[in-house]
Parts: sequence; C-alpha cells; structure tokens
Amino acid sequence: MAFRPETAKPLNELAEILLHAPNSLTPAERELIATYVSSQNDCYFCQTVHGAIAAAHLEGNEELVRCVKADFLNADISEKLKALLAIAGQVQKGGKFVTARDVEAARDAGATDTEIHDTVLIAAAFCMYNRYVDGLDTWQPHDEELYRQRGRKTAREGYVTMSREYLPQQGHPEQAEQGA
Amino acid sequence: MPHIPLPVELPGISSAFAFRPETAKPLRELAHTLLHEPNSLLPGERELIATYVSSLNDCYFCQTSHGAAAACHLGDRDVVKQVHADFQQAHISEKLKRLLVIAGQVQRGGKNVTKTAMDAAREEGATDMEIHDAVLIAAAFCMFNRYVDGLATWQPHDEAMYALMGAHLAHEGYSNPSIRPER
Repeated sequence: MAFRPETAKPLNELAEILLHAPNSLTPAERELIATYVSSQNDCYFCQTVHGAIAAAHLEGNEELVRCVKADFLNADISEKLKALLAIAGQVQKGGKFVTARDVEAARDAGATDTEIHDTVLIAAAFCMYNRYVDGLDTWQPHDEELYRQRGRKTAREGYVTMSREYLPQQGHPEQAEQGA
Repeated sequence: MPHIPLPVELPGISSAFAFRPETAKPLRELAHTLLHEPNSLLPGERELIATYVSSLNDCYFCQTSHGAAAACHLGDRDVVKQVHADFQQAHISEKLKRLLVIAGQVQRGGKNVTKTAMDAAREEGATDMEIHDAVLIAAAFCMFNRYVDGLATWQPHDEAMYALMGAHLAHEGYSNPSIRPER
C-alpha cells in the first residue's frame, strides 16, 4: 500500500465503505465475511487482521471468529449471516458458482438486495486483497498481540484514518514511509 | 437474470455500479489508475493483462470489453486474439509475456507467484513498479470478474456494443460511465 499511494487510496476507500461505513449488516458481520474469504484463500495476514477487527467489534470474542473460519454452519451466528457466508464461499471459488438457490436462501433468511450485493463485493474484493498481499510476498509478522492492537484501532477508526499512518499527506508525497 | 434487481438497461459492471454508486467510486478510481493513467507500461499492455486474467476467470463481459479497449489502444485486434489463444506466441514484447506469466500465477492465487517468474520479468527489464502493477491488475480483475459474474449481470453478446465501450474506455478511461441509461 505504501509503495503505491495512488492505488492505496481507492483500495482503502473501498474497504472503508464495505466494512466500516454504516450498513444494515453490522461491521462485525462484514468483517467475518472478509475473514472467512481470506481464510479460504489461505492469506495469513488478511484473515488474522480482519479476524482481529471482527473480534474487536464482538467485545473480544475470538472464539466466534475461529468457529466461523472452521465451520460457520455450526457457529453462533444468525441464519442470515450463514446464508451470506455460503454466497461469499461461492464467490471465492468463482463468480459463476453463485446460484439462484444460494441467493434465495439468503433472501428467505431476511437478507436484502444491498446485503447480497455487499456480500458478493466483499468476497470479490478479498479475492483481490488476498492476492495482492500474497502475490507480492509481503512481510507478515506472526505476533497475535500486534494484530489485536491493530484490530481494535481499525475497528474504532476505520480504514481511511488508519491509512494515514503509512500514506503521504496530500501535497507532500516525499513524506511517504516504507513498511506496514 | 441477475441475482438482484439491477438496472435492466445496463450491461455487466455498469449495472452494479449504478446499483451501488458508493462502491462504484473507488472501483472506478482503481481501474482508472491501474489501466488508464500514464505509466511506463502502455495502456494497451495493461488492458491486455486485464483481458488475459478475465479470460482465465471466464468472465465474458470483462474479457470482451477490456479486449476491445486493448484493441483500440494498440490499433490491432489480432494481437488481442493472439494473447487470448497463446500469449507466448503473440506479437508482444518479451517483458509483457513475463508479466502475463506473473498475472496468470496471481489468478490462481497469490502464493502461486514464484521468485523465478519475478526474476524472469526483471531480466527483461520490468521495474518494481511494473511488477507491482501487474500483480495488482491481475488481483483486481479477480475481484471485478467475480463481481460481474457473482451478481449474474446481463452480458449481451453484441460486438458493436463492446467496440463502442472499448473506444470510450481507451479515450476517456474509467472515471465516468461508458454506457449511460437511455432516458
């Protein structure tokens, strides 16, 4: 992200709207979708950081995050979220895997059109973010406490604010910092 | 039929953008920066990367519209067909072939990108920024393709429409809709 601020800006804005901005799906539900897709794509950094953000939204319930990754159908989440996670799992395999039956099941559980749209786009977007992170072979520290702290901060402040830590201030590109 | 009620007169991603303008804005900006803004890789080369990844993901709308944009930039429709059929035999630079190898690895999953492929691209003169952009273009089209097909958007088989879209994308980029509802 810090390497290329021009692309970091829309990437952070997209994450902000999909995961943090007000929505009929709670931030925790949306972060669980992001975490689940990232675990299906085997991206350590994304599943750990978004899992930590989800846990921060859930008063530190890391066990629930683990359950969703391992077997969401038996996790303590709503039927609606289970149906949306099923759609997200199909998107992860490829867009054409999403069936009318998957969508109908989500509607039957009370999902709105926008919630279905956002689930598809969150899952699709994490098929991008995961590939971006792993495709460049980025440095991914294995320090759970670091992710917890970052998770709490992102849950509180969102993605655009957090990105100010590593993106140059507008008009001062020379302040760009490497890392993160 | 689309999975959710998208505007009926708009094809492909245009209908999803119209349905949710809030997410359309950063998605358009990302595409514009990656594919259209000045860069050491030609817009035609970047559109070929987008087209190739979209064909691997079997997304008809994206591979046809970006193929049309590439053809317009390059003034050459045959090269798009060559890349689609077998890019190693296409009339493109050795550097672009090696970036397409990386893009194909990203399409299968980020962890599939090998150091050998990176080194091979560098040997042909690819810069760090070009490699970064090839990875992000490929990753972004793994998103755009899933978005377009995951909502089951309307994707007409209409060559003239894609030729018009391609010309618009090549000349104007991605900041504004290439197709507007006829109202």
